[in-house]
Amino acid sequence: MREFQYVIKDAEGIHARPAGELIKLAKTFSSNISMCKDGTSVSCKKILAVMGLGVKQGQEITITMEGEDEDAAYEAISRFLEENL
Amino acid sequence: MQEWEGKKVFGGIAIGKIYVYQKGQQQVRRMTIQDPDAELARYQAAKEAAVAQLQELYEKALQEVGQANAAIFEIHQMMLEDEDYQESVEHMICTQQVNAEYAVAVTGDHFSQLFANMEDEYMRGRAADVKDISERVLTVLQGQSGGSVQFSEPVILVADDLAPSETVQLEKDKVLSFVTVHGSLNSHTAILARTMGIPALIGCPVPLDATVDGKMGVVDGNTGKLYVDPEPAFLEQMKQKQLEEQEKKQLLQALKGKDNVTLDGQHILLYANIGNTKDLAAVLQNDAGGIGLFRSEFIYLERDHYPTEEEQFQIYRTVAETMGGKRVIIRTLDIGADKQCDYFELEKEDNPALGYRAIRICLTRPEVFKTQLRALFRASAYGKVAIMYPMITSVQEVRQIRQIAEEVKQELQEQGIRIGEPEQGIMIETPAAVIISDLLAKEVDFFSIGTNDLTQYTLAIDRQNSMLDAFYDTHHPAVLRMIRMVVEQAHAAGIWAGICGELGADPALTKTFLEMGVDELSVSPGNILPIRKIVRETDVAAYRQEMQERT
Repeated sequence: MREFQYVIKDAEGIHARPAGELIKLAKTFSSNISMCKDGTSVSCKKILAVMGLGVKQGQEITITMEGEDEDAAYEAISRFLEENL
Repeated sequence: MQEWEGKKVFGGIAIGKIYVYQKGQQQVRRMTIQDPDAELARYQAAKEAAVAQLQELYEKALQEVGQANAAIFEIHQMMLEDEDYQESVEHMICTQQVNAEYAVAVTGDHFSQLFANMEDEYMRGRAADVKDISERVLTVLQGQSGGSVQFSEPVILVADDLAPSETVQLEKDKVLSFVTVHGSLNSHTAILARTMGIPALIGCPVPLDATVDGKMGVVDGNTGKLYVDPEPAFLEQMKQKQLEEQEKKQLLQALKGKDNVTLDGQHILLYANIGNTKDLAAVLQNDAGGIGLFRSEFIYLERDHYPTEEEQFQIYRTVAETMGGKRVIIRTLDIGADKQCDYFELEKEDNPALGYRAIRICLTRPEVFKTQLRALFRASAYGKVAIMYPMITSVQEVRQIRQIAEEVKQELQEQGIRIGEPEQGIMIETPAAVIISDLLAKEVDFFSIGTNDLTQYTLAIDRQNSMLDAFYDTHHPAVLRMIRMVVEQAHAAGIWAGICGELGADPALTKTFLEMGVDELSVSPGNILPIRKIVRETDVAAYRQEMQERT
């Protein structure tokens, strides 16, 4: 299992468009990938759940991945967050 | 005659019968079903049909309003395919043995409630998206035509509010205008309406009942008024105005989506000049191939303090994203001369046109320049951004600029901030730059000729002085020869050259520019299609021969 923390920089938080892109990306991996904010954890493959977290600028999220391709997922998702959120 | 006032979304005049649109009041009843598997299959089929409709809408919107605005329909598809959403519907059908309609309606309410209760205003707004997708599935289930609104004759559509999907699938040739009681100027609906280019009003407190429905109406998108039951004389007057506008519009419609290619196969790029993000709708609507001049000054002029890097970045990024992969040329700050900004504290000059302005300010105030360059480099990661520097007179200046740009780029890379590879070019608007264009061409990626300043500097005529109008010959051979020279030098060095001054939009010169081999013309959005028309009717080889015979 791998995990990392990330603080959202985008002024609009995790809004619809990047949420959509994130879900698309997460779905390309077989690993279970989840996002946790303030003790609530949801799957990164579900758009309503991710948007439902309502993550805003300055808030910290923890991304956890577990499965065969967790290393590749770690790489891709951390890069995606850095570049887009 | 009744008169109502709303906020203007898009100009133009519409005259026609008013149709009051009531949202498909989808009455959903709870029913017990016998065969859950069959009901699950019904739901699956309806969901797939809804996803397919959204894909169509996405493609349609992509064409009409650009990637950034179309993305909403892709998000809607993902919401429909969301596991939690689907599980909720399927679970209700299986365990409670209810009909698919009821399961979808309850699930939709549940998720939209979730968003409606959030503190963040943006997220509360997403409740409407969840409602929209659920209604779409319901419409399919109930065997209606996918929610598209059909009319027997063209109408002025009056509604409480319209969901983005409702707006985009209106049969456009049947909708003359739309007027809504609610909605904001920045809602998806308003943005889409602007880009679709139909006169529209929002926030118009018109009653949605028989006092309006079916009556004759006039919408004046220029003044923000809706007139119901207009008097004959007034109607006649509006018809006249409308006629004039329509003539212009027809020309445009026929040329949309066509290439900018001459009869003998020569291509030219037709880009738009913009001064503000508000102009983007007009850019898309007029089918511009890109933005040839984005005057970044407005960002400075409309504030009372230096705009921050973040403020600028958000604006440049929006423009880059809205234009998708199309080129967006952003000119760095051109303050001074006739454009003054108090907080720059520029001293009064006797001869400001020849004074402390544009790049001269940037090079002496590198902190102001660097802030803008950082924002531009960052935005270049989100689209095809090009940076253009104004008022160049020497190779030395260009090298100094490139040096500063390089420093900015390195700083950003060291900070791990994502940047793109923007093209960097210069404006050719001083006679000095024209004469050394062969040298300048080796230093940059492109040229754009600013004919307004170039003409005033070449002819030594102050543009602001109306007494000199008689001497100000925009077609002066000196200016035209300069343009030819710049294009030749650019091509010799393997770079491209365009024109972004007013002359670029002069229809009397389009053939001349084609013959010179100008690669790009950047004109105000409204001029793109008229110029395209001329391009498509020109035979460059024949024109060249004609010119040679004449001399």
